[in-house]
Amino acid sequence: MTLGLINANPVVHAKKERVARTEDLHGDEAVDPLEIYDILLSVDPEHPYSLEQLSVLSEESITVDDKLGRILITFITVQHCSKATVIGLCLIVKLKHYFPPHYKVDIKVSPGSHANEESVNKQLNDKERVAAALENQTFANL
Amino acid sequence: MAVPSELTQRIESFVDASRSPTQQAASLDAITSLVKNDLLTIENLVREMEMYLTTTDTVIRARGTLLLAEVLTNLASKPLDNATIHSLIKFFSDRLADWRALRGALVGCLALLRRKTSAGTVIASDAKGVAESYLHNLQVQSLGQHDRKLCFELLECLFESYSNELASLGDVLIYGICEAVDGEKDPHCLMQAFHIIEVLVRLFPDPSGPLASYCADLSEFLGRYFPIHFTHPNGEEVDVKRDDLSRALMLAFSSTPLFEPFSVPLFLEKLSSSLPSAKVDSLKYLSYCTFKYGADRMAKHAKAIWSSLKNTISNSLLEPTKSFTSESLYGLGFQESEIATEALILLQAVFMQNNDLFLSLIVDDEDISTIFNTITSYLSYNDIPLQVKQRLHVVGRILYNATKTNFASCNRFLESFFPCLMAILELPERNSSGDFCINEEHISPKRLHFGAVYLCVELLSACRDLIMGSGDIAGNSVPAHEACCGMLQRYSVSLTNAFCSTLATGANEVSDYVDIYFRVKGLQILATFPEGFLPISETLFENILRTFMSIISMDFNQTLLWKLALKALVHIGTFVDGCNESEKAQSYTGIVVQSILSLVHSDDCTLPFALKLEAIFEIGASGSSHMLKIIQGLEETALANLSDVYIHGNTKSAEMATQLLECFSKKVFPWIHETGGLEEVLLRFAINVWNHVESWKACNVQVQGKGILDATMVAMKLAVGSCSEENQNTIIQKAYSILSSNTSLLLKESTSILTPIHLEGLQLTQQMDKFSCKDEWILLLFASVIVAGRPKMHIPNIKEILKLFVATFLKGYVPSAQALGSMINKLGPKATEAENSSDYALEEAMDMIFKTKISNSFDNGVLSQCDGTCNGSEMVLADLCLGFVDNRLLQVHAIVGLTWIGKGLLLRGHEKVKDVIMILLQCLLSDGSEGASELEQSLLENTREQDLDLSVINSAADAFHILMSDSDDCLNRKFHAIVRPLYKQRFFSIAMPILQSLIVKSDSSFSRCMLYRATAHVISDAPLIAVLSEAKKLTPILLEGLSVLSQDALDKEKLYDLLLVLSGILMDKNGQGAIIEHAHNVIKCLTELVAYPHKMLVRETAIQCLVAMSELPHTRIYPFRTQVLGAISKALDDSKRAVRQEAVRCRRAWSVL
Repeated sequence: MTLGLINANPVVHAKKERVARTEDLHGDEAVDPLEIYDILLSVDPEHPYSLEQLSVLSEESITVDDKLGRILITFITVQHCSKATVIGLCLIVKLKHYFPPHYKVDIKVSPGSHANEESVNKQLNDKERVAAALENQTFANL
Repeated sequence: MAVPSELTQRIESFVDASRSPTQQAASLDAITSLVKNDLLTIENLVREMEMYLTTTDTVIRARGTLLLAEVLTNLASKPLDNATIHSLIKFFSDRLADWRALRGALVGCLALLRRKTSAGTVIASDAKGVAESYLHNLQVQSLGQHDRKLCFELLECLFESYSNELASLGDVLIYGICEAVDGEKDPHCLMQAFHIIEVLVRLFPDPSGPLASYCADLSEFLGRYFPIHFTHPNGEEVDVKRDDLSRALMLAFSSTPLFEPFSVPLFLEKLSSSLPSAKVDSLKYLSYCTFKYGADRMAKHAKAIWSSLKNTISNSLLEPTKSFTSESLYGLGFQESEIATEALILLQAVFMQNNDLFLSLIVDDEDISTIFNTITSYLSYNDIPLQVKQRLHVVGRILYNATKTNFASCNRFLESFFPCLMAILELPERNSSGDFCINEEHISPKRLHFGAVYLCVELLSACRDLIMGSGDIAGNSVPAHEACCGMLQRYSVSLTNAFCSTLATGANEVSDYVDIYFRVKGLQILATFPEGFLPISETLFENILRTFMSIISMDFNQTLLWKLALKALVHIGTFVDGCNESEKAQSYTGIVVQSILSLVHSDDCTLPFALKLEAIFEIGASGSSHMLKIIQGLEETALANLSDVYIHGNTKSAEMATQLLECFSKKVFPWIHETGGLEEVLLRFAINVWNHVESWKACNVQVQGKGILDATMVAMKLAVGSCSEENQNTIIQKAYSILSSNTSLLLKESTSILTPIHLEGLQLTQQMDKFSCKDEWILLLFASVIVAGRPKMHIPNIKEILKLFVATFLKGYVPSAQALGSMINKLGPKATEAENSSDYALEEAMDMIFKTKISNSFDNGVLSQCDGTCNGSEMVLADLCLGFVDNRLLQVHAIVGLTWIGKGLLLRGHEKVKDVIMILLQCLLSDGSEGASELEQSLLENTREQDLDLSVINSAADAFHILMSDSDDCLNRKFHAIVRPLYKQRFFSIAMPILQSLIVKSDSSFSRCMLYRATAHVISDAPLIAVLSEAKKLTPILLEGLSVLSQDALDKEKLYDLLLVLSGILMDKNGQGAIIEHAHNVIKCLTELVAYPHKMLVRETAIQCLVAMSELPHTRIYPFRTQVLGAISKALDDSKRAVRQEAVRCRRAWSVL
């Protein structure tokens, strides 16, 4: 089905050593970038590496406002990556599963990393198009 | 004759290839049994089968031969005469030429050759005939796998029993075997082939004999398989593993030194391959073969081996480990792979063999001398680049392992490297007269180049390990004149001083942790050299100890250094304790043990108290003689502090005393328990505590908090609990004498139990008449002794003591109640006449507790009428519990007391526990109605009173928890309680039916609520199996219990326990049935608990239960889908991360339904 991998030989980055979270039994644990990051790490459409190793996402690229319920994610891709929208879509779907409906998720391609940056951003944040895409059988299979 | 015709049939059915395998097997069995039972002789059988054995039809001939062979296999133990065996073996060995009927011939030969001597065996000349026929006729490699295997088995069998005959075959045999094994691929057959070569080689030990010319061929054959590369997937050929094959091949290789010219170059070549398993194998084979081939043959390879070893070790190092704290750390903390380990083993092996050769190789090695030159340019560990570190590590490891092999190498290495290292460190040498050439006071840390220190420490530790290792064999006759010894002596003083002065306080600011690590290690090694070998002077040893001690007392801010110093001290302590060197032991005791004890006393030391205790305990644990001193010192300090609190009113000491006593309970007593045989220490501790308490005059100091008393009680319990009966008796006698002579407790109580009640009457008593501080101590400590006593401990004057405890628990002393419970639990069932008359039997004690009138003014008849208004009436314990005296506090105390007594009874399996349950239930119910009505009028009532009312009922309900749960305080195995097995199940089965029926009957919502509470306690503490067996009935009650407990935030722990029971039911196959029946209620309850605000674990578990529920049959749970999803969507927003994660799982599980 696929025509071969587009980015067949990605640069694989080392996994970062993670500082163990200090357990705080009494305080509230607000949603933080690390948590979202952990959730999103399992997504990948093309390679047997995690998004961290492919350096698509990093902890710094995620910002959260817990009170307002907003999440902003910027991800990096290669210039003509045809999967940019797919990656974005995967991220959206994943987050939808993990957060209550009142959270608003914004996803962007990081500035300068993609040729059609604007159009990708537009596609990803258009609710209708996302909903339509999700009904598409090909995506549902992903 | 019937026999022949039947026989023919049987033979026919075996030979006929179209018959099923079972039929064939059956006919084989039948024929075998005929022969076995002597109904048929072998001759007759052969005669009968003549046609089948000689026919030209190959299939039938093969089957026929096989039949005869199989029959013979089954007759292994039946004696046969020589003539028969002779003719049979002749026949089979001839048949080896018949390749179409080969299987039968092979099996037949094997069967005959394997026979035991008792049943008649094949004679030697016939066996030789078999071998000749084999070599002449068989083309082993052209056969199938099973036949090949049989061929090899036949060869092995011949080697085993007829090796002389085989040897006489000479060249032919060797050639035949070479041909037979060549090209073998099956693992099973290979195992045999390797083994055959091994025994073949052993058969011709002469180096110039027939084998010599075939060595090249054989080692070529073997070399083809090295290293074993196993491509069979797992699961297939499970019975032959790679390691087995590899080992068999190794044995074959090492079977003769003649293989050496071929094998050693092969191994060395494979050592440079990139495959790790090949490297490991090469190293293993080399180590093994080194011994077998002998020194002379290996000598010519020495250079090659050394250089490839060096390369292998340096290339096999992995990442350096981060922490230097682990115990088993080698060198510079580079992780070593299996390859490096094997390489070091090989290094030692070749060293053992060709000592001088390798010594000079290493000493003259260029790489090593380069390292010695490079290390001078780096001062600290951190300055050294990674690559150099790696090389340093390699050199260190090589030197360590090589030095360790024997004294010759130790001498040589120390001689060649030590002076050089010392020169780098600029350390002066001690001349022959014992003085220093240069007398230097202070050594600047600037000169301690890390690399030199590291190599120096490696050499020292190797030297020490060598001596310690040889010490066992040669006693103390380790040659003191060895050169290494002199070398060390020359430098030990300056080395020690250098390390000490750089470690001393304030000198560490520039150093890295690793630098410090090796300095500490160096000192530790110097201090633990056996005296006979390296007599480092006493002052030097003390110097080392002082250095460490000053670190312990001053440098606690540098955690790592502190830990290292402590570890080193413990190490030295263990060493000193282990070998009897009196002088060192004395210094150790004087400097370390005494001064650390004085640290505990002194206030002016800044070392935190917790660290003090840690250090003191660790050091104590290094040897029992140290521990004994330390225990004594600690005990004195603890007791002195106690007295300080209670006599001088010094509250500051209270904290310290508490910590010390806790240290006793948590560390010292368990250590004594493990070590064993130190009971007198426990006895002394207990007696000393009693003496101390006795010596207090009147103490009226009010000490805030009961921490110190509690700590003392725990310590007392543990001390008494670990004592033998005899010592316990001593302690209790002591305790009793103090109790009776020093307090008014016994005197006052013995006249009448009712003191508290008399005094109170109707007046409400917040302030129970308290005992004086000293009396309280004596009472509670006495209770502790009783709690921890063994069943056989002799308690003096039981009657009075029982009374005392009854009176005191009514005043609210829970330990009294616990002691009473323990006594009830441990008393003998019936005093026999032979025993002391003062011994009290259980029945009497029970009567005393339950039947004694607590006051003596009324007669029995009034009791039933008696309600809250009666005062001073005579009552038994049960009545107090039921609240016949209008004093709620007293009632609570009575219930608590009754509960502990009940627990004592329950554990020993006494049936009276039923009565206790009934009383408790009555408390629950009778007051329930009252409590409820009072609740309604609560606005008018005094709130204080009402609280007490509630607390009565609550304590009655919680009594079930006390009854069912395991207590740390008393009535457990540690304190020698009599515990019948399955007592929880028994209680569960007694109490549950009663509770269930009461719940059904109960009409007031309040009392039902309380009943649910009690039931919840019983269910959550009962073993899950018991609950599961009645899951259907219990589930609704459990759910009600959950909702009752979820009302109050204080009950969150109980709620969680109960929820765990529910999840346990959910996980069980039978339990799920019950859940399905009540699915509606379960879902409702769980969805409520998902939002339980007081405990995160409750929410998490509730969600997990919901996930588990989603696995239940679809039709039953689908209706709840929306309800669950609604509840879960809120949980997605939970404040705790773990809950959110569970909620996501749950949502996914339910949304795909």
